[in-house]
Order: sequence, then structure tokens, then C-alpha cells
Amino acid sequence: MTLPFFAYTLLFMFLPAGSVLIGAFEGTTHGYTMSNVTTLFHHPYIDAFKTSIEISGTTALIGGAVGLAVAYAAIREGTPRWVRSALTTFSGVAANFGGIPLAFAFISTLGPLGIITVFGRNHGWDPTEHGFNLFSKTGVELAYMYFQLPLMILVIAPAIDGLRKEWREASSNLGASQLQFWRYVGVPVLMPSLLGAIILLFGNAFAAYATAYSLTAGTVNIVPILIGAYYSGNVLNNPHLAQAMAFGMFAVLAVMMVLYIPLQRRAARWAK
Amino acid sequence: MRPTRRIAPTAVIWLLIAFGYFFIPLIATFLFSLKSNQTGHCCTAANYSWVVHSSAFWHTLKISFLLALETIAISLALFVPTIYWVHLRVPKLRPVIAFLALIPFVIPPIVMVVGLLKFFKGTPSWFYAQPWGFLAGAYVILAFPYMFFSLDAGFRSIDVHTLTEASQSLGARWGTTLVKVILPNIRSAALAGSFLTLAIVMGEFTIANLSAFNTFPIFIQYVNESQGFPAASLTLLSFGITWAAMLSLLVVGRKRGQRAAVVAGAR
Repeated sequence: MTLPFFAYTLLFMFLPAGSVLIGAFEGTTHGYTMSNVTTLFHHPYIDAFKTSIEISGTTALIGGAVGLAVAYAAIREGTPRWVRSALTTFSGVAANFGGIPLAFAFISTLGPLGIITVFGRNHGWDPTEHGFNLFSKTGVELAYMYFQLPLMILVIAPAIDGLRKEWREASSNLGASQLQFWRYVGVPVLMPSLLGAIILLFGNAFAAYATAYSLTAGTVNIVPILIGAYYSGNVLNNPHLAQAMAFGMFAVLAVMMVLYIPLQRRAARWAK
Repeated sequence: MRPTRRIAPTAVIWLLIAFGYFFIPLIATFLFSLKSNQTGHCCTAANYSWVVHSSAFWHTLKISFLLALETIAISLALFVPTIYWVHLRVPKLRPVIAFLALIPFVIPPIVMVVGLLKFFKGTPSWFYAQPWGFLAGAYVILAFPYMFFSLDAGFRSIDVHTLTEASQSLGARWGTTLVKVILPNIRSAALAGSFLTLAIVMGEFTIANLSAFNTFPIFIQYVNESQGFPAASLTLLSFGITWAAMLSLLVVGRKRGQRAAVVAGAR
């Protein structure tokens, strides 16, 4: 009964993935070579990896920190219950709202004719005159936050539930300030889940293609766009180079996954 | 010391920041969608009527929707019997399949499509050149984690053994048991997985773009590049589709209080 399933995953998942790994080491005419993979360490490929990792790292860290703050604000005592359920519902939608429509939503907000840009311009402060350009790395990061933030909120909310009210009361009874509570109790307890969530966010941004493609018309130099250019731009003189880049992405994500699994295991100790 | 009942000021600030960040782009898109494509002035419904009267819109929307239905049908046919069998006879395999279900998360769509294009190159054109073949085949893998975790939660909440024994002692065959006894009992799990799959397929751009198929997201990108203001109404429409799929998901999930995986993605 499980045979069709395994046959399907073999055909559509393992063999294609395997063919990328093999293709990364194939020569253009025949035989095997390391040259595709070593080319990755040269311009412009190494720059693309650098930009990809920078964008993913920045949005994972900032998205992670802000997501934590927003999730905590919604969950903590004093905040009405409906805020949390509204936030979770909306995050479920927003985490799924990526790609082409997201890029356009940001163009209408912060693009050259965007609502905020025009508003600023009419009130004497034009963001474009201060070096802001939506169709750049910064713009891509700003747009990515739209799916990073809700993902963080969804992932970290259960961990925040694990922060018991008693710990907070105990620490304030012992004279700890708000800051001390977070420094010595909150963050250490949440640390494994936080790191796990940030790695998840990193992978999420690292794999993204459509948003950056649509926002910058393919001009931002990140790995997925470079791979895409090889296929859609009819410049496919060496498909093995695209496969080597895909292999490189896979390697970066594999490292992230190896870090993620033990952290997840440790985080599970506190999640009750 | 009694805990304060009132909302903390810092909480208000953070929630307002999040509210602004999430809603301003949507409001901006809405305002854009009301502007005239010729003059750039407000307010007109012309962009919406342009969309509704565009034959390419209906054509690509239909392709994406049918693709979603096909993906859902294949996924259910593939995963329901598998997960059923695993729960019934080979529980040892469950962690193996759960591990496999994480793989599509680790492999970015851009890597997946590179592999699929290489591996299936040279296959017959009824498969390779048709969205119903190549693209649907790839989308089943994209849907795999969401389908698996929804269905697995559904199967865990029912007593597979008793249901199967009861059904078979009444003389039902495997097929009858699966369709008439098991499926109705995991209906909300199957629906949850299906709505997630619908949201994924309706928004998927990467694989469709690299394998040169003309789906709904490709059409949105085309309009983005060519016509400013009608693109705004399309964007809102696409957001509406995501909302509809996610809210349906919440409605079917709420019944049994199950929390389904809610992170799909068309990044």
C-alpha cells in the first residue's frame, strides 16, 4: 500500500534532487569535474551567495526580534484575548502572502509613486532623496519582513506560552526589573526556540525567489535569481553551473538544518 | 502584588507597529487600484473591470485553479492510503515518512525545479510540455508536507484499528473501508490539507516561471510589468484568494480544535 508513495517521492523528489547533485559535478561535454563548484567561489557567484546570506540573515534576525516582541505583546497579561487570535489568524494569511502580489503591495507603498513616498514628498521629506530605493537590497529586505514577521509570530507563540506566569512573579518578588527578568529568565528559557525559529526564518528567506524577482525586475544579485536567469533568459550555455549554484544553496541549507535539529530537541524540554 | 489588568504601554506600541506594517501596504494597494490607468487620478473602478474583462485573467485563473484541483486529487489519492496503511500496519514507518515530509521544506523550489527540468528532460511532451503533467507532478511534492501533517493529525485522532475491523467484519473490502469509513472520519483533516494546497498552487511562481508555464501568478507578474494600476486590483484579488483559503482552513480546523500547519509559501 505504501509502494505508490515511495515510488512517487523517488521519481519527483529524490531522483531530481540527485540529478542536481550529480549535475553540479558534470563537465559540459563529458566526465566529472570540480570546476563548476569551484567557479561558485568567484565573481559574480560568490557575491550572490554573500548577498543571499546577508538578506536572509538580516531579515531572520530583525524579523525574529520584532516578531518576538509583537508576539509577546499580544500574549502577555493585560492584552485582551481577541488580540492574540486576531494576530494569529492574520499571521497565518500574511505568512502565505508572498511573491508577486507582495512585491506589488510594496511598490504601491514605497515605490517611486507609492503612497508613503508621495506623502513624504508632499510634506517636504522625500525618502528617495535620502538614499532610499525600494528596488534594491534594502527594499527586498523590507518586503521579506512581510512574511518573516508573521512566520516568527506563528512559530514563537507556543514557546512564549511556555514562559510561566510564576517565573515572572517570582523574579519580581525577588526584586528583578523587567530587563533583568528578560536577561536572566526569559531569553535563556526561550533561547533554543528562538535560535530554531531564526534558522527557520533564514531558510525561508534564502529560498525565496518570486518577491525579489518581481520587486527588482531580477536585478538584485541573489542566488535564486541568478539560477533563474540561466533558465528564463536563454543564456543557458552551461546548465551545470546553475546546478552547481543549486547544489550550493542546498549545502547552505543543509548546514542550517544540521544546526536546527539539536536546537529543536533542546527547545522541546521546556515546551509543556 | 496583583498583576495589572490593563494593557501594557509597550505592548500597545509593538502591536501598533505590527498593525501599521501589515495594513499600510494593503491600504496603499487598495488606493492604487482605484486610480485611473490613463490619468493616475482617483477614483475609478476601471481597473477592476479591466481585470474582469481580460480573457487572459480568466484563462490563467482557470489553469491555476484546475492545477490546484488536480494536485489535491493526486495528493489525496497518494497520501491517504499511505498514511492509513502506516497507521494501521506499519507504525514504524511513520517517523520515516514524517522525515521525508520535511525534505520539501529544505529543498527550495528553485533547486527543485532545476532538478526536475534536468531529470525529466526528453520525456514525452504530453508530460513535459503540459502543466497537467510536469507542473502538477512538482506541486504534489510542494503540497506533500502540508498534506502529510494535516492528514497525520487526522489519523491520529481516530481509532483506525477499530474502524477497520468493524468495517471488515461487516464485509467491506479495503477500497470500501477506505472510501466509506476512513475518509469521512478524516474529512476535516483532508479539507485542511486541500485548502493549504489550493493556497500554494494559486500563488506558486518559481517553478511555473522557470519551466515556462502560463499560470495565474505568471499573469499577475506580466500585468505588474506592463500596467501599473490594474496590477493593484489583481494583487488585492490574489490576497483575497489567500484569505479565503486560510479562513476556510480555520473553519474546518476549528471543529475538532486541531491546529494545522499554516505556513505555505509562494515566496
